[in-house]
Amino acid sequence: MLENLDALLLARIQFAFTVSFHFFFPAFSIGLASYLAVLEGLWLKTGKSVYLDLFKYWLKIFAIAFAMGVVSGIVMSYQFGTNWSVFSDKAGPVIGPLMAYEVLTAFFLEAGFLGVMLFGMNKVGKKLHFAATLMVALGTFVSAFWILSVNSWMQTPTGFEIAANGQFLPGPSWWDIVFNPSFPYRLAHTVMAAYLTTAFVVGAVGAWHLLKDRANPHARKMFSMAMWMAAIVTPAQIFAGDMHGLNTLEHQPAKVMAMEGHYQSHPEGAPLILFGIPDSEAKTVRYAIEIPKFSSLILKHDLNAPLAGLDTIPDNLEPPVPVVFWSFRIMVGIGFAMLGIGVWSLWGRVRGTLYDLPWLHRAAVLMGPSGFAAVLAGWITTEVGRQPFVIYGLLRTADAASPLDAPAVAASLLAFILVYFTVFGIGVWYILKLMGKSPHAGEYGVKRGDVGPIRTAGITPGPTQNTGGEETLPTHARDEKEPV
Amino acid sequence: MDLTVVWAFIIAFAVFAYVVMDGFDLGIGILFPTFQPGRERDRAMNSIAPVWDGNETWLVLGGGGLFAAFPLAYAVILPATYPLIIAMLLGLVFRGVAFEYRWRDPGHQNFWDKAFSGGSLIAALAQGMTLGALLQGIEVEGRAYAGSWWDWLTPYTLLTGLGTVAGYALLGSTWLIWKLDGDEQSHARKLAIRWGAATIILMGAVSVYNVLLNADYAARWLSAPEIYWVAPVPILTAIVAWSMLRAILKDRNSKPFWLGIALFFLGMSGLGVTIWPYAVPESVTIWEAAAPYRSQAFMLVGVALTLPLIIAYTAWAYWVFRGKVGHEGYH
Repeated sequence: MLENLDALLLARIQFAFTVSFHFFFPAFSIGLASYLAVLEGLWLKTGKSVYLDLFKYWLKIFAIAFAMGVVSGIVMSYQFGTNWSVFSDKAGPVIGPLMAYEVLTAFFLEAGFLGVMLFGMNKVGKKLHFAATLMVALGTFVSAFWILSVNSWMQTPTGFEIAANGQFLPGPSWWDIVFNPSFPYRLAHTVMAAYLTTAFVVGAVGAWHLLKDRANPHARKMFSMAMWMAAIVTPAQIFAGDMHGLNTLEHQPAKVMAMEGHYQSHPEGAPLILFGIPDSEAKTVRYAIEIPKFSSLILKHDLNAPLAGLDTIPDNLEPPVPVVFWSFRIMVGIGFAMLGIGVWSLWGRVRGTLYDLPWLHRAAVLMGPSGFAAVLAGWITTEVGRQPFVIYGLLRTADAASPLDAPAVAASLLAFILVYFTVFGIGVWYILKLMGKSPHAGEYGVKRGDVGPIRTAGITPGPTQNTGGEETLPTHARDEKEPV
Repeated sequence: MDLTVVWAFIIAFAVFAYVVMDGFDLGIGILFPTFQPGRERDRAMNSIAPVWDGNETWLVLGGGGLFAAFPLAYAVILPATYPLIIAMLLGLVFRGVAFEYRWRDPGHQNFWDKAFSGGSLIAALAQGMTLGALLQGIEVEGRAYAGSWWDWLTPYTLLTGLGTVAGYALLGSTWLIWKLDGDEQSHARKLAIRWGAATIILMGAVSVYNVLLNADYAARWLSAPEIYWVAPVPILTAIVAWSMLRAILKDRNSKPFWLGIALFFLGMSGLGVTIWPYAVPESVTIWEAAAPYRSQAFMLVGVALTLPLIIAYTAWAYWVFRGKVGHEGYH
């Protein structure tokens, strides 16, 4: 028995570890693919070389991030079977088809057009190349659509029947499964989170180079674009998050109770606990700093509305409160810090000093990784808040695991930790190195040695062949002096 | 029409597409150490850089499709081959990132070249051994795997693993014959002969072993009247193998590659004959493992709409990067 428990815990740690690592890459590449499409579109429309330079600059970074996303994603698609075989058997008929649609409509689209996007500009022409970039960007979005539908169905399952053998079977309407109650909110909230993650990375890189040279036109352009995103998308994101919270209150009240730290019911208006230390043994939040009745105002739009607490939920169905409570506060805190940057940038823009505010630039650099932290914290809030269930209210996590021995799972977990930290750590370092280089005119694209799919011209090019002008395509890097 | 049978063929197609397309990628990885660092290796890798990602996606369709169409088979096979699957995934991690990393860090290019070939070798071996573990039978109780976590390691699975490594190396070298020229092409030709011979021998050995391994398998191949139906498979295999070796020796460009694929197609057909109608041989039939009609029908709509498009734009991507790698006027 104890052995089974250990294997279960190890399997949970392994899934949490691999999915958290994986989530970083799509969170970045969904936004970056769209950003690249916007840059290339603006270049085609305006003909301004600064957009092409920025496109090439970020394309190199995208190539690395995308590769890491692909290889960590394949792990996920097999881990349902390796570690959660009971879940796979039971839920496969319902969520399997959604994941198959993800492969068919998203993964192939991204992967099929990626080669042309990275290497093909001087082979297919500008317009077709732009189409390829759009397809890659579309693919990243469609992928988010399907996988978030799957996740949402696990949170708020609808449209299914349960067979005699315990399998979940699709009901008459797939629409009810795909568009389950939490899906529209989760999709909006997560996709905007991905856009903000990318915007703050782009903003940090722009700010970093502005701090070194505030006249750098490329740094100015990317910083300005990122700050527009921060100013416009952050408020929308906070609104979407609030709507998502209300939806969760309706369908998964125990999760909201844990987020709010409400161990007790409040029949006459619940306080908003800003900070405190949740103690699940004593069923109280210690050292709580709270605003009376404010939680009822936010969740029910009425100061005196009664709110049920975890005392209405059996102990064995209660999610781990401290984790959910804290991860939620980290996410919200980062959200408001992002809003602060957005407002600050608007103030600078209005006064015409957007590029002359070193403290804004320093703050933007500091906030560079904030999107990743917020995404991870939000993900932990929603996933841990679903516990002890894997399919909310219907299948417990403890009943979903594969019949594996603990040593097998321990060995694989150790291998994943070692490989991921090494391989992805190095990848992130390569990305940071690229970001540390100043974006400049005549930026080169994804370079692949002196031979390759990328070269169409002569074997011994002369230095005069590269004009560095706008007609020069990302891969015309043959007389590039700078090391790759 | 029986959608379960349709889905068995779709999954088989996805697996076949994966095996031949990522097969030549992995084969190039396996053979990578035999190419000189620098230009030779650059050319070999650049011949697949624009397409490897799409090729690998067929693995996700094979796995995801199995999950969706035959969830019980997915839930039994993956725990049964757990260490192999994990090893394959980690191998693919190293292989995949090496495509980018080796260009990013010239100081450690040698390290990432080793990661590229080591990852490819481990992934190929693990895939072949998974096939062997499936063919030798998996212990099932109720709806779950009931064996130990070392059942997959036997002399037979080692043989199927080696056979897969050899087969991928053959596909990789024939691809390089097509995409390279000059000295590098001659080198690929030498490799193709060697690995072609190894593939043929190992395919024969696995076939003989299959017939000895299991009386049911033997009955399918050797008793009348089945033998009249299945005899064309080994006969055609022998013809294709012979033509392929001749094409490699006779200075052909793309012919060895296509014949290599034909060889794999016949091998897969043979496997189909051997295990039909089981999803997990001897334990779970495709009908027992199948998802309900509603799941199958919903996905079939998606496949019917998207698969032709996928094949079309994949073909386009190959067309864009056609011709020899890194020479003027090859398009």
